[in-house]
Amino acid sequence: MLTITDLEKVYPTGDKALQGVSMEVDGNEVVSIIGPSGAGKSTLIKCVNRLTEPTSGSIVLDGEELTTLSKKELRKTRRDMGMIFQEFNLIERLTVMENVLSGRLGYMGSWDAFRRNFDDEDVQNAYEILDRVGVGGMENKRVDELSGGQRQRVGIARAILQRPKILLVDEPTSALDPETSFEVMEMLTEIAREEDIPVLINIHEVELALDYTDRIVGLTDGEVVFNGTPAELDENARDTIYRSGKSREETGTESQPQSQNESASSGISDASKEKSF
Amino acid sequence: MSYEGSTTWRKHDGRARALRYLAIVVAIAITALSWRALDIQYTFVVDAPRNLGDLLLRMYPPNLAYGAEILPPLVETINIAILGTGLAILISLPIAYIGAENTTPNAVTYALGKFLIVGTRSVNVIIWALFFVVIFGTGALSGVLAVAFRSIGFVSKLIAEGIEEIDAGQVEAIRAMGGSPLDVVVYGIVPQIKPAFVGVATYRWDINVREATVIGFVGAGGIGVYLDTAINFFQWSNVLTILIAILGIVIVSEVVSAYLRKKVS
Amino acid sequence: MGSADPERSGGYPSSWERPTVFYSKNIKYLVYGAIGLFVLWSAWELRPSPARLIGGADAATSLLATMFPPDFTPEARGRIWTGMVESIAMSIVATAIGVVISIPIAVMAAENLVPRPVYYVGRALVSISRSLHELVLAIVAVVAVGLGPLAGVIALVIATPGFFAKLLAEELEDIDEGQADAIRALGGSPVQVLLYGVAPQVIPRMIGLIIYRWDINIRASTIVGIVGAGGIGVTLLNSFDRYEYDFSLAIILAIIAVVMFGEILSAVARRRVQ
Repeated sequence: MLTITDLEKVYPTGDKALQGVSMEVDGNEVVSIIGPSGAGKSTLIKCVNRLTEPTSGSIVLDGEELTTLSKKELRKTRRDMGMIFQEFNLIERLTVMENVLSGRLGYMGSWDAFRRNFDDEDVQNAYEILDRVGVGGMENKRVDELSGGQRQRVGIARAILQRPKILLVDEPTSALDPETSFEVMEMLTEIAREEDIPVLINIHEVELALDYTDRIVGLTDGEVVFNGTPAELDENARDTIYRSGKSREETGTESQPQSQNESASSGISDASKEKSF
Repeated sequence: MSYEGSTTWRKHDGRARALRYLAIVVAIAITALSWRALDIQYTFVVDAPRNLGDLLLRMYPPNLAYGAEILPPLVETINIAILGTGLAILISLPIAYIGAENTTPNAVTYALGKFLIVGTRSVNVIIWALFFVVIFGTGALSGVLAVAFRSIGFVSKLIAEGIEEIDAGQVEAIRAMGGSPLDVVVYGIVPQIKPAFVGVATYRWDINVREATVIGFVGAGGIGVYLDTAINFFQWSNVLTILIAILGIVIVSEVVSAYLRKKVS
Repeated sequence: MGSADPERSGGYPSSWERPTVFYSKNIKYLVYGAIGLFVLWSAWELRPSPARLIGGADAATSLLATMFPPDFTPEARGRIWTGMVESIAMSIVATAIGVVISIPIAVMAAENLVPRPVYYVGRALVSISRSLHELVLAIVAVVAVGLGPLAGVIALVIATPGFFAKLLAEELEDIDEGQADAIRALGGSPVQVLLYGVAPQVIPRMIGLIIYRWDINIRASTIVGIVGAGGIGVTLLNSFDRYEYDFSLAIILAIIAVVMFGEILSAVARRRVQ
């Protein structure tokens, strides 16, 4: 169970992306976050696994407070949070199999990781999950040879292979065409249910949220303005979520893929992270 | 444009055409002036083709027996290229790091990186060789250093471009899964810059084989030393043998380098 | 995930090997090992003695001490000017002659314009010209025609097709065949086809290439003097032979300035033409 309380995020530019957000994801619920662009949807998702550092507030996953974890503890806890990205964020020049198995990196020694010496059981599971997401037999293809829909399926397979306690999904379909979007959402929510994994999904298309999620959280200007079932999302609620969002100047926070990286060894400085906002 | 008033067809309108002719006239004038400045006696020019022909005739046939003798310096030439390229890469990695916009710590380091890249590139290998021969004496060591320093600008520039093109999303994904910093490098960064890296290394090596053939003229090792000696002792058939050998290793290394680059695209 | 459930995961292989560009993993390691050994062996062949490195450090210090400050006295400036003018003049003359020679070679090396045997001859000429370093050509030219700028010009002229004819041939291969066919259809001779069907398509690119090659020839013209083929390189070598390293540094700075100026000029000119 994921509990977010009074979460705030203020960017160095002074933009208040999140202003006291509180919400929960319980059991094997699929919860979607909707809202206009710039409302803080992506920021919220990325605060959970601290790809973006929250300014204040609390995030508790299965009894563990995430906001105060040290770097090392954070790495360990991140293994329990599968993430699916808008731009897939797969390692383009590696094979499908390496990408899926990279979901186990958190459990492997660096030397084994370097030699691609994966656990037998992980390999077996990887083959199975590739079949289930519908890209079976493509394990030796390089990701840059795949279509968008296939890439996102590989992205899902990678996240599932982590055997996470929660799936964080950031705009999974905005790089896909409408038909593929429905297929991918259908498959994602189905697998999550089968595997009993709760999902926090940030989504642009309200239709997809209505069709595939159990609960919808409406976010506007960094504040929760709606929290209810798809059935409760009436015209009125939509107006609150989207109309008031228009009054505020768009910051572009949502639309930019974040280019940040904290660890020095990864080669990208913190300076560039802050610049992109 | 109306065609009632004009009776002739023109390719261009008058002004552009005048400019074009002017440019051609100026170019010819500059060339003529340059020729005058060189102060070359006309008779020498007339004799030049015959002299070149004579020289080639004196060279023919190549001395095949000498081929075995020049094998060691040929290998040394290739070694100088390999080690020079390797050393250049080692020196270039930090320079590329500070010369890439997304990794450089601040504006000062960025400027320093750019300066080193441009500076080393502008000095020809033979000039570097002159310096290193003064410092370390004659021999392949000076050659390796000359080739390495000459290559730094080229190698750092291209690696820096490779680093600038990294997709941060792939790095983010590895971190999001709880990968260690080393995993981030091995999975997030290395696959992304590998083609650029291999491409730069093999391409530069290919260029450096060619460069390593000449540094011997100033004593910095390789086949150039033998070519210089053969010329000084008027051993023309040996000269031709060496020229053919140089042609051979340069073409072979070009083929090898092109093959490797294709494999890693 | 029901990973331990044999009924669901049954039938899936439990091992996976990354496909490699080599035929198998063993060959891959063998190739890497061989390359590693070769590099180590190269380094071993070269191993400098500690004495040499220490001596080198001393020599480097004294070299740097004599180099600074660079010698820019009026007399030195005069010698640099003379050498530099000669270099630049060499580069201009060599580019002009080199381009004239390169154009027929480029036509020969364009697959779409000439019969096969001619094409191979053209490619071979380009390859030979490309493979020999300007200095190798210069040292041979000096033997043939004696010391001085003529040898330098000859070296640069011979080096030009390797770059110019190669790139021009690529342009020629990219032309729109329809325009050439139109001239052929009108009964044009091969020369007419080249002049009216082909030339108009490549001339703007060709001018860009000429400027680019001139830029390269400037660089080369500053160094061919090191083997006696004229220009500022002669002045540079003399300064080294006389241990006038402060003058050497001045010359090198002048060379860098001229090379960079040429590079900027060429970039600007190419942008205007294309």
